[in-house]
Amino acid sequence: MSAGTVSSSPAGWRLRLSQRLPLVIGAGILLFFLLLAIGAPVVAPYDPILQNGATRLQPPSLLHPFGTDNFGRDLLSRVIWGTRIDLQIALIGVVFPFVIGTIVGTIAGFFGGIVDALFMRLIDIILAFPFLVLMLSIIAILGPGLSSFYIAMALVGWVSYARLIRAQILVLKNSDYAVAAVSLGFGRFRIMFRHLLPNAIAGSIVFAMSDAVLVLLSGAAVSYLGLGVQPPVAEWGVMVAEGQSFITTAWWITLFPGLSIVCLAFGFSMLGDALGELLGVHE
Amino acid sequence: MHRYRFVLTRPLQFLPVIFGISVITFILVRLIPGDPARNLLGARATPSAIAKIRAQYGLDEAMWQQYFYFVKNLANGEMGKSILYKIDVLKLIATRIEPTIALVLSSVVLSVLIAVPMAALAARNSGKAPDHVVRIVSTFGIGFPPFWLGLMLMILFSVKLDLLPVSGYGETFGDKLVHLVLPSLTVALSLSTVLIRSLRAAMIEALKSDVATAARARGMPERIVFWRHVVPNSLVPTINLLAVNIGWLIGGTVVVESVFALPGMGQLLVRAIFSRDYMVVQGVAMVFACATVLVNFLADVVTVAIDPRVKL
Repeated sequence: MSAGTVSSSPAGWRLRLSQRLPLVIGAGILLFFLLLAIGAPVVAPYDPILQNGATRLQPPSLLHPFGTDNFGRDLLSRVIWGTRIDLQIALIGVVFPFVIGTIVGTIAGFFGGIVDALFMRLIDIILAFPFLVLMLSIIAILGPGLSSFYIAMALVGWVSYARLIRAQILVLKNSDYAVAAVSLGFGRFRIMFRHLLPNAIAGSIVFAMSDAVLVLLSGAAVSYLGLGVQPPVAEWGVMVAEGQSFITTAWWITLFPGLSIVCLAFGFSMLGDALGELLGVHE
Repeated sequence: MHRYRFVLTRPLQFLPVIFGISVITFILVRLIPGDPARNLLGARATPSAIAKIRAQYGLDEAMWQQYFYFVKNLANGEMGKSILYKIDVLKLIATRIEPTIALVLSSVVLSVLIAVPMAALAARNSGKAPDHVVRIVSTFGIGFPPFWLGLMLMILFSVKLDLLPVSGYGETFGDKLVHLVLPSLTVALSLSTVLIRSLRAAMIEALKSDVATAARARGMPERIVFWRHVVPNSLVPTINLLAVNIGWLIGGTVVVESVFALPGMGQLLVRAIFSRDYMVVQGVAMVFACATVLVNFLADVVTVAIDPRVKL
């Protein structure tokens, strides 16, 4: 998961089957979950939160393909509604670190000197903390909840993006077109964000896909621990936690939400691999 | 012995990082809204206890002076008292450190035992079917949430097959070992997906190296070339990879300890967050961060020790 290098010529747009397949599978899985999230009110057969004493802990059947939980709620419906939250976790949890890290990395790499040194030391310090431990400590301060998770994610997650972009900018700022742009008298910000950044960003986009997996797993883990999304909201990590008390009798409560996480994560991984090939970025 | 001179100089380079860690843990707890003394002592603190903590941490003085008090207390081994357990945070951590270290070590050993043969299989058949299978399995495996994987293993091995204990930690050595099997397998499976990819790349590189070519030219069978030359040469990247992932590994143990009710530092951290036991949160975060720095340092020492070419 370290810095990616960008080769000068992309693989070309006529893709071999071995390259097209991961792209199609990855994009297909993500599209599937996106449609599921948008169409949740229509697709889900039951209310995800309404409790029903008559249908408690029923194993998977035709009526309830994923079974029901200890409150009699249909698990298929809860998994479908959970798509909204977990997809949102993966997207928002990546976007903020991506934007912050890219801006910081560009500035640090371009200006160098004391600015660069300061940011790099800060990054070293943040990286010294185990990722999840720092996340949990920040959530401890802010109080449990999804917004705390996003803030913690933004405060901790930007460092990887900053390092990636900085490494690229350090190389690119000495390239001919950058020197030409300087001699044409263009402003620093124009050079940084219009000339250098578009050429440096490919590696970060590929990294963002594998980072989405990490963010999704962290968000679900934080919710599993009870510090993220709060019940009765249907979120996959919360659902796994709710099923834990019943694993001896009702395995289906934990099985299906977990499988959903695995599938969504696989979609991001495949798309990341495919984009890496396509953009000529190798980890 | 000058190759090992860095053992003395490197810790000096860590000083800024350690300083940074202390600043961040200090700021974290000061950012909690409300009276810091009350935050640290809990809602039911007595006035005399509050007065004492105010003096000890200089809570009425300027921020930079408060930091000075914080470091002074730290140097005396004072990290405050746990609200919940009523004992010194450091003493509390000491009682919880064993399961965590045992879990981390057994997970590392297991993950290497899983990752090396899988990566070897893929690297020796690079581009063929076994390689593709290993690649897909590891891509799939990266997306497995450790907390869920742990529960699935629990359902399979403890509930259905009744082979292993469901959760907890034993009293005797053998008992503890039995309780560690599932948790460490959970962490190891997650970790090995990360290891396999990089190890495979390192092995393919080593298979093309001059060392391997020379060995083949001497008529050495491919199998022996692989185990005698390729595997040892991919050991250094593996150790560095483990060091890079130690933070990730610790994060995994935090979650997995909660799944299996292992009384380690991770479980302590999670419980402390729920009970607003901020001194404990601060202490555990700090110990984990220092451990990460230490592990990276040890990885450097081991790298120099096993690879005579490396100079630091």
